[in-house]
Amino acid sequence: MKKVPYRNLISKVLGVSLIGLLLISNSLVAQEAAEASSGSADAAKGRQLFNQDCAACHSLTRKMTGPPLAGVGEKYDRDWLYKWIRNSSALIKAGDPHAVKIYNEYNQAAMTPFPMLSDADIDNILAYTDAPPAEPAAGAATATAGGDAGAGAGSGISNEVVLGGLIAILGLLVLMLVLVNTTLRRIAEASGVSLEKEKAKKRLPLWKAFAKNQFLVLVFTIVLLLAGAYHAYGWMMQLGVDQGYAPIQPIHYSHKIHAGDNEIECKYCHSSARVSKSAGIPSLNLCMNCHESIYEYTGGPDGPSQEDLANGYTNEFYTGEIKKLYEAVGWDEENQRYTGETKPVEWVRVHNLPDFAYFNHSQHVSVAGVECQTCHGPVEEMEIMEQHAPLTMGWCIDCHRQTDVKVEGNAYYEKIHAELSEKYGVEKLTAAQMGGLECGKCHY
Amino acid sequence: MSSNKKYWKSEAELNPNDSIVETLRQNEFTQDIPVDEFLGDKETLAATSTNRRDFLKYVGFSTAAASLAACEGPVIKSIPYVVKPDHIIPGVANFYATTIADGYDFASVLVKTREGRPIKIENNVDAKVAGTANARVNASVLTMYDSTRLQGPSFNGEPVDWSDVDGAVKSKLNSLKGSAKKITLLTQTYASPSTSRLIAEFKEVYGNVDHVIYDAISEDAALTAFEAKYGERALADYDFEKAELIVSFGADFLGDWQGGGYDSGYSKGRVPKNGKMSRHVQFEANMSLSGANADKRVPLTPAQQKVALAYFYGKLSGASVGSGNLPESAKIALDAVAAQVKKNKVNSVVISGIEDVNAQAVVLAINEMLGSKAFDPSAPKYIRQGNKAALNALIANMKSGKVGALLMDGVNPAYTLPNAGEFVEALQNVDLTLAFSTNVTDTSEAVQYVGASNHYLESWGDVQIKKGYYSLMQPTIKQLFDTRQFQTALLNWMDKDVSYYDYIRETWNNGILAGGDWNQALHDGVFVAGNGAVADEVVGENSEEEQVGSVSISSALSSLSSATADGMELTLYPKIGMGDGQQAGNPWLQEFPDPLTRVSWDNYVTVSKADAASLGLVNDHSADGGLNGSYVTLTVDGATLEGVPVIIQPGQAPGSIGLAFGYGKTVGMKSEMQTGVNAYVLYKNLSNTQNVSIEKTSGMHQFASVQLHRTLMGRGDIIKETTLEIFNTKDAKEWNAKPVVSLDHQEVPATSVDLWDSFDRSIGHHFNLSIDLNACTGCGACVIACHAENNVPVVGKAEVRKSRDMHWLRIDRYYSSEDTFAADITKKEEFDGLFGDNGSLGGFGELEDPAANPQVVFQPVMCQHCNHAPCETVCPVAATSHGRQGQNHMAYNRCVGTRYCANNCPYKVRRFNWFLYSDNDEFDYHMNNDLGKMVINPDVTVRSRGVMEKCSMCIQKTQKTILDAKRDGREVKDGEFQTACSAACGNGAMVFGDINDKESKVAELKESDRMYHLLEYIGTRPNVFYHTKVRNTEEA
Repeated sequence: MKKVPYRNLISKVLGVSLIGLLLISNSLVAQEAAEASSGSADAAKGRQLFNQDCAACHSLTRKMTGPPLAGVGEKYDRDWLYKWIRNSSALIKAGDPHAVKIYNEYNQAAMTPFPMLSDADIDNILAYTDAPPAEPAAGAATATAGGDAGAGAGSGISNEVVLGGLIAILGLLVLMLVLVNTTLRRIAEASGVSLEKEKAKKRLPLWKAFAKNQFLVLVFTIVLLLAGAYHAYGWMMQLGVDQGYAPIQPIHYSHKIHAGDNEIECKYCHSSARVSKSAGIPSLNLCMNCHESIYEYTGGPDGPSQEDLANGYTNEFYTGEIKKLYEAVGWDEENQRYTGETKPVEWVRVHNLPDFAYFNHSQHVSVAGVECQTCHGPVEEMEIMEQHAPLTMGWCIDCHRQTDVKVEGNAYYEKIHAELSEKYGVEKLTAAQMGGLECGKCHY
Repeated sequence: MSSNKKYWKSEAELNPNDSIVETLRQNEFTQDIPVDEFLGDKETLAATSTNRRDFLKYVGFSTAAASLAACEGPVIKSIPYVVKPDHIIPGVANFYATTIADGYDFASVLVKTREGRPIKIENNVDAKVAGTANARVNASVLTMYDSTRLQGPSFNGEPVDWSDVDGAVKSKLNSLKGSAKKITLLTQTYASPSTSRLIAEFKEVYGNVDHVIYDAISEDAALTAFEAKYGERALADYDFEKAELIVSFGADFLGDWQGGGYDSGYSKGRVPKNGKMSRHVQFEANMSLSGANADKRVPLTPAQQKVALAYFYGKLSGASVGSGNLPESAKIALDAVAAQVKKNKVNSVVISGIEDVNAQAVVLAINEMLGSKAFDPSAPKYIRQGNKAALNALIANMKSGKVGALLMDGVNPAYTLPNAGEFVEALQNVDLTLAFSTNVTDTSEAVQYVGASNHYLESWGDVQIKKGYYSLMQPTIKQLFDTRQFQTALLNWMDKDVSYYDYIRETWNNGILAGGDWNQALHDGVFVAGNGAVADEVVGENSEEEQVGSVSISSALSSLSSATADGMELTLYPKIGMGDGQQAGNPWLQEFPDPLTRVSWDNYVTVSKADAASLGLVNDHSADGGLNGSYVTLTVDGATLEGVPVIIQPGQAPGSIGLAFGYGKTVGMKSEMQTGVNAYVLYKNLSNTQNVSIEKTSGMHQFASVQLHRTLMGRGDIIKETTLEIFNTKDAKEWNAKPVVSLDHQEVPATSVDLWDSFDRSIGHHFNLSIDLNACTGCGACVIACHAENNVPVVGKAEVRKSRDMHWLRIDRYYSSEDTFAADITKKEEFDGLFGDNGSLGGFGELEDPAANPQVVFQPVMCQHCNHAPCETVCPVAATSHGRQGQNHMAYNRCVGTRYCANNCPYKVRRFNWFLYSDNDEFDYHMNNDLGKMVINPDVTVRSRGVMEKCSMCIQKTQKTILDAKRDGREVKDGEFQTACSAACGNGAMVFGDINDKESKVAELKESDRMYHLLEYIGTRPNVFYHTKVRNTEEA
């Protein structure tokens, strides 16, 4: 596993993100337009309902837990469908041949009854499933966006242009000076003026003069040493600090899509952070809670950005990563069942605390109520997970010094907080005052 | 009063001319730091091709390489479960109740597992019987991770599949069905209702099946005597908590006598309450743990013990029994004890460890006669069932070719039998020989088929430790290797298609549970049958065999009182750390110092000082403080054991010697673990006492003893003890005097003078550990528990000898003799005539010989967590510092290894990592192989080379308790705070808690007038405190 290089030049990032921003805004416009123009009002509502109630088990075109629903409205009698959707098990019990057949075909998995759907709702859903409006094509959006990308880019790199211009002008000035100088010399020669060369000969070279001045040498050496020490110290202090470490993972898992776009709670997957010292990497069966039905990536709310595309993060790419998950967990998509052949995923650990430092997630997450982002940074924006904080002791200590202990509603703290705050004469105690700076609290 | 008593740690200290002791009194190390060794001598230096320039080049290169290497951190993989088991949360420990029943140790325990790995054994406090784990049980978790374990079945040494074994065994067994040749099962004691039922069914299926039970260390005499009297082959149970007077004739009941497990009850009765505590009188040959704890100990040879027991019976019953050749002092003691027992019959109990049916029968008769409350024959114990007669019959049958198949489980007769050679030879006459074993053993080498067996932590099982008291064994980890338990194999060979788990459930549902809930029983690990009314036919399956006729007391007495011995008598005994030797490959147990001799990595013959002098045997201390001992050759009835090292044991009865079982194993053992000599060779007729001849041979043995390592440096008041009489009648100021120092020429309490300002510790938690010297028996369970909890490394014999042992918790053993001026005067005044045992001629000699029968004190010492810690002030890098909660912290990553702290520690509890003890090719212990590392506690750092370490007061445990309370939003309850040692102490000697919680038990204990601190006058203000030992020495 290679280490990916740390963040690129700031300017590059700035430039690229500007392009991205433009693209996003463009595609937003495009998408809205697409939605407004195509499909009936029924189908649009139906799509919403479908995504809300049906999509967990049904796809339009593929077998999932339940059958594909494209064209289902034409296949069955409408009244029968109403009954089935509202209460399928009643139909099966009644011995309806269609119902029993479907029930048996899909491993006797009973469909959730939806008594709250009105006929109109079901009609809307069926309108959507029978003639699904074309998904707003991401490709089209990028195509249109591509057109005015140039204009956007113009302002984006204008700084560079300006700089380039300035350099050109400066260069021109230098050239002019040289030219003027040579011209003047020629004129001087021509007019017989002798330039004062002898004086120049007698003067000591600059470096010799410098070497002779012991005071200057001393000052210079001290400055040099100080600067060297400063930089050496800085360099040594970052040894073993892997801030920004963002290794390539065996499955390209995007926190941006999961925690950002889809707003999945951190602790849904990292559940042990609540009760354990380790936040834990979710087991693959947890992924399958969603990915049994989410088998492909259809794009985020804004579609892929220029940057994503440049990195190869297309919808197909992400769908391919989901397939990697299926392979690891042994999920047979075709037959919608587990094969039992598993290949545990060897993730590369991003946050590596040394063994001699004890850190407990539950203390911080459950007791102190610290947001995950406080230490892990804006994970919901990270396409590739990286180490946000330096994870040095100084960093821990700083936070312990500044953060008040969350004591409200915790009977454990009642007495000790009352006594300690009186002792220190403060309203609120910091973690440090509570004993959070003692060596043995983290080193044992 | 005892503060003017003299304490000593080793016999050598009594010799005023011993230069080593003198050196050690002044210095921590007897030798200078071997700088020369490091630099080498001049010649070698000159001869070496590495010159100064090269050296600098190497240094430069390695520095550069190291810093370059440091730039790039290693890539660490993290692999989550594919499907996570619901009950496992990474980072959170799970506890399971299970039971150890390895044929020697039987105990209900809790197993702590992390991420599915068992990492520690703890006491099952819900268990009413055998709920405390001794040192061996605590260490048993590491035995599972032994890298030398068998990984699959084999046939004649070649690995095979289980199906091959099953096929061969089944066809052989079927061919034996109905033939004249017998199928014999030779097994350990299971005490398992399900296994008994299974074997009974096996007998039905194959017809001519014998089941012979064999205990490596036999309790046959006690079993036979009990069977004769009560009709069941079992052992009487004793509750020493109820006894006010305990008289033991050679029974080390605080050790492994009759399966052990009696120490917690004993300790409860030993703590003075309302002015009363039990009195314990011990007549024994070897200095045992029980003798060390006794109020009065009379050294007697085994033959004398028999006579004494008969005499004692006579005194109680009024029958006239001669006192034979008993020394006068013993007779006086016996008379006194008999008078006391007569006065307080029901509250007295008499026990005996003499391996003689007569002696055992007499003891049972005495307890019946007394109506002793502590004696319980109605609900006996089943944890020893070995049958000597059946075993001898089996060997005879094997020799004569009457055995067709011999299936063994849990036994290693080729090592543990005195006639092992005969047994191995007899194996040749058996058509099918098979042994289930966890390791390569002498027996597994001698049989055709070897079934790789499960460890108990990988097995299902049930045990009836005591009648009506059931325990369940459940696996806490999947089998590490391709192993199987014997019961599963039996089920398979009977063509029964059930798992042993289902089989146990069936047994329990059809008899034991009687409506109780299986899941609850499994959760608790223990189940007590209602009213003790249980079907006991399942266990006593051997009882149908020949009934032993009742032993006539009169003939027993006459045989006992005529007991004599020619020459020396040998008493074979199990060491508390090694037992019968099953776990000899366990480095924790090998490095565990014996509580009395303080020797690790060895067994040895213990000799009295008088005998040593007459035989010319010596113990001396070499310049490095290590202990050396002479070698002897022992001969018992034609069997000789050569090269046995000698320890001169204070208190050993003259004319007797002792030797421990369990050592001298070589087959299947790592070379480091091949320690000591095999005492089973001398275990003739499975009798623990033998007539022996002893002969000195040349050479000196190097012991790894922690005995002389750190001396008292004249600080004898580290121990405080008094007698019950003084304790009851005098003020605490007299027997537990607070030290005073001189301030402005005034004597003021030492605690009132201080260099430092005190911190305010009244807020939050303030942890204290209380240690009661009365309740501590020195068993050492805490030592192993500490190893397991805190990843304490094993350093090996050579390092221990250099006083580099790493034990965070040591149990110091101090001998004392009544050589105070006052006691001497009393003694002198009591002299009666010139000759005789109480004569002045011998008496004055005795005064000169304090080592003859000393008193013993055990004192567990760990970091005292001083509030004003001397170590903290001298650390140049502030690696050790103090926490508000009273713990002295040690930041390993900050330590640079100056060892100033160790030098400045008055208690000598700091340990230095001289080497990297993990992942180091030079050390082949558990931290150096992947399997052994599975026992490491993930919450505690594995220390590196060059750092200091010490007891942390289990800060990882206190922090966890606090965090749990915080998460639940509640206050911490008393009893929740535990250290590994306090949790392991089943005797209640160690109590840990928060003294700021005024309701807590430890706060109450701190207020006790028996409380004292170690070396209080130096003003360290420790957070560990002790309770003055009170001896019940009143006569009559």
